[in-house]
Amino acid sequence: MFRILQARLQQGHRTMRYPDGPPPPLPDRFRGRLLMDRARCPDTCRACADACPTTALTFPTPTSPRLDLGRCLFCTDCVAACPTEALGHLRDPQLAARDREALIVDPTVPADRLEVAHAALSAELQRVFGRSLKLRQVSAGGCNACESDLNVLSTVGWDIGRFGIQFVASPRHADGLVLTGPIPDHMALAVQKTWAAIPGPKIAIAVGACAISGGPYAGHPEVHDGLPGFPTTGDVHTNDDASPLDEGHARGTGGASAIPIALHIPGCPPHPLTILDGFLRLLGRLPAR
Amino acid sequence: MKRQDLPTIRNAQATPCARLPTLSGARFRDTVLRAIEGGSRVSALLTLAPDAASPTLLAVLADDLAGHLALVQGRLEPGEAFRAMTPHAPEVHLFERELAESGVRVEGHPHLEPVRASPPAATRFVTLGGDGHEVAVGPVHAGIIEPGHFRFQCLGEDVLQLEIALGYQHRGVERAMVSSPHGDPRRRVHYAETLAGDTTIGHGTAHALVMEALAATPAPPRGQAIRGIGLELERLANHVGDLGALANDVAFLPTASYCGRLRGDFLNLTALVCGSRFGRGLVRPGGVGFDLDAVRRDELLDRLRATRADLRSAIDLLWSASSVLGRFQETGRLTRADADQLGLVGPAARATGAERDVRKDFAFDLYRFVHVPTANWHTGDVFARAYVRQLEIEHALAYVEDQLLTLPAGPTRVAAPLDAPLARDHLAVALVEGWRGELVHLAVTDADGRLARYKVVDPSFHNWQGLAHALRDQAISDFPLCNKSFNLSYAGHDL
Ligand code: SF4
Ligand code: SF4
Repeated sequence: MFRILQARLQQGHRTMRYPDGPPPPLPDRFRGRLLMDRARCPDTCRACADACPTTALTFPTPTSPRLDLGRCLFCTDCVAACPTEALGHLRDPQLAARDREALIVDPTVPADRLEVAHAALSAELQRVFGRSLKLRQVSAGGCNACESDLNVLSTVGWDIGRFGIQFVASPRHADGLVLTGPIPDHMALAVQKTWAAIPGPKIAIAVGACAISGGPYAGHPEVHDGLPGFPTTGDVHTNDDASPLDEGHARGTGGASAIPIALHIPGCPPHPLTILDGFLRLLGRLPAR
Repeated sequence: MKRQDLPTIRNAQATPCARLPTLSGARFRDTVLRAIEGGSRVSALLTLAPDAASPTLLAVLADDLAGHLALVQGRLEPGEAFRAMTPHAPEVHLFERELAESGVRVEGHPHLEPVRASPPAATRFVTLGGDGHEVAVGPVHAGIIEPGHFRFQCLGEDVLQLEIALGYQHRGVERAMVSSPHGDPRRRVHYAETLAGDTTIGHGTAHALVMEALAATPAPPRGQAIRGIGLELERLANHVGDLGALANDVAFLPTASYCGRLRGDFLNLTALVCGSRFGRGLVRPGGVGFDLDAVRRDELLDRLRATRADLRSAIDLLWSASSVLGRFQETGRLTRADADQLGLVGPAARATGAERDVRKDFAFDLYRFVHVPTANWHTGDVFARAYVRQLEIEHALAYVEDQLLTLPAGPTRVAAPLDAPLARDHLAVALVEGWRGELVHLAVTDADGRLARYKVVDPSFHNWQGLAHALRDQAISDFPLCNKSFNLSYAGHDL
């Protein structure tokens, strides 16, 4: 017992003060959203888009690049391919957005165009979930990196329980689904059943490039390219009471029968701070900026 | 063919396919079985052209003592069935299921059930009947864990048999790695890095070694050193996390919470090197994507040393608790013979007294010059699997420190363009000791120097069978603890 106390003293108090205090320091090489300095781009150069493994970075017209944060792996391939060092990563961890469309940005615009203000739930859902949000996590083809950085939020340093957010063992105890992975065919039924087993009102959160767009596996016939447009039912429907409180239905993210997504958290994997920031903003516990 | 006549290669080497004689199906089988009898391990067994009317089989046999890989190739006649080796060599049991799943006719196998490509729900489990009952768990589990299905056959509280059905995570990686019809070379490193996300650097290194062998562009020494540091930091983060998770499963919360945090400290050290906690972007064919300047190296050293002190106190505490030892000792026991027969690798094998470690037996990169002592223990139980991890943590800390102090000068990468031609009609194999054990990447090129076949063997492929075996005659309530003591990858198995 004495040794336990002694060790306890040595280890000290480790829970961060964030968001009341400063956030945990990010590494100087942290890779956030890409920023492109068009002034440096040689005419007709497309080296960055050509190097991109997921078509996250494209040139819909020769002069206007487009960046889809939902597809981006934050992988440095485009940065390395650029002959003039016109590309770099911002160090801002704030990436989550409520709408899929808000993740599609102009990489030449330095000001943050992510509509994070819209990350907040409706007042009604905030009243219901703002102080207590129980989440069921399902990994459907996730590589275990997104899963690991979700798990980290429950360790002493982050202690996500401080905010009333908790990962629970049964969908019956849950207010929402947190999905990682591109949803392989072999997991499709399990995802539908889990969603159906969560009582309404309920929300769904897509964490990581896989869950938002299929990530590195986008387009594979073995997977479903993540949660957007993923049907709530195929063979299964038990408890899918699409109450008007369900976020996303009204916004038509993927047809009436798609699992509605309340929050998209980009990254491969997203940093724990990016995930926490997204959760807190969703619940209205961080100010919109 | 006699064992000494088999063509051999060293780790991370390419060889012309023409060097491999093509044996008949029966000769192939005899040769492989004789090599296994002689002490070789099957690192990989695959078919090269699964769709062909007469499939070509290839076995990679690891001779741990000699430090080389023997290659055996055979071809089945059209319509010929392959007689299963599993009855004589249980370690190939899952490999042969894989052959069958890819279209080879396999005969005489005791249990040809799905591996990953066909829906796991189709598995026909072995049932006991009589007084026994079944417990089915998964694919979705009660935590933030990847999916898989466990089917226990129990008598009361005791597990008589556990069968593990996987494949829920199947994303088609091997198919997409090859050039045609759909593969995109730009995605290859990302497939490697996300095969098992907690083994980003391990799989990244194995992929890099295979591609470097085929392109004849070995990484410069500084690149090798930095990815070696990354590989050991990955081992540290995962081993420390596992010790915490084991403590948590026996409700010893101090060590559980300290190790949970310390694991994060190691992930953050990897992020200091490359910006990603999991080492995404660190390893690239030809070397590494990030250099370590002097300031960064010093910070890494300082933080490593500070973490070490906290870590020692957290682990010492674990061993000072008799309640922990009581739960760890003699739980989930495997013998050395079990480990050899099942072909186990990594800490799970070393916890039964086995000596195998790719870093020693098939040294790659800078491990050829700087040796890491092999850690093992003989009791084969949860305690041994935890204790081996602790020893490996100590060795890895020393290795990283040593490497940081003696970092070679020079470039970090010799980059070949993605479309650079690879050696034509060649075959290359790379083995890496990831934190779970032996990672195998194998690639074969066609006559145009494009990838025609890519095979990955994650250590979990071997070791899931070890977990199933360790559960025999255990109380079902010990499953979480046993499971954690292996901590295997679903994504790495399912590809
Ligand atoms: S970071 Fe990678 S995924 Fe993102 S735009 Fe650049 S190349 Fe594409
Ligand atoms: S988004 Fe990236 S890190 Fe997350 S599960 Fe997919 S591959 Fe893994």
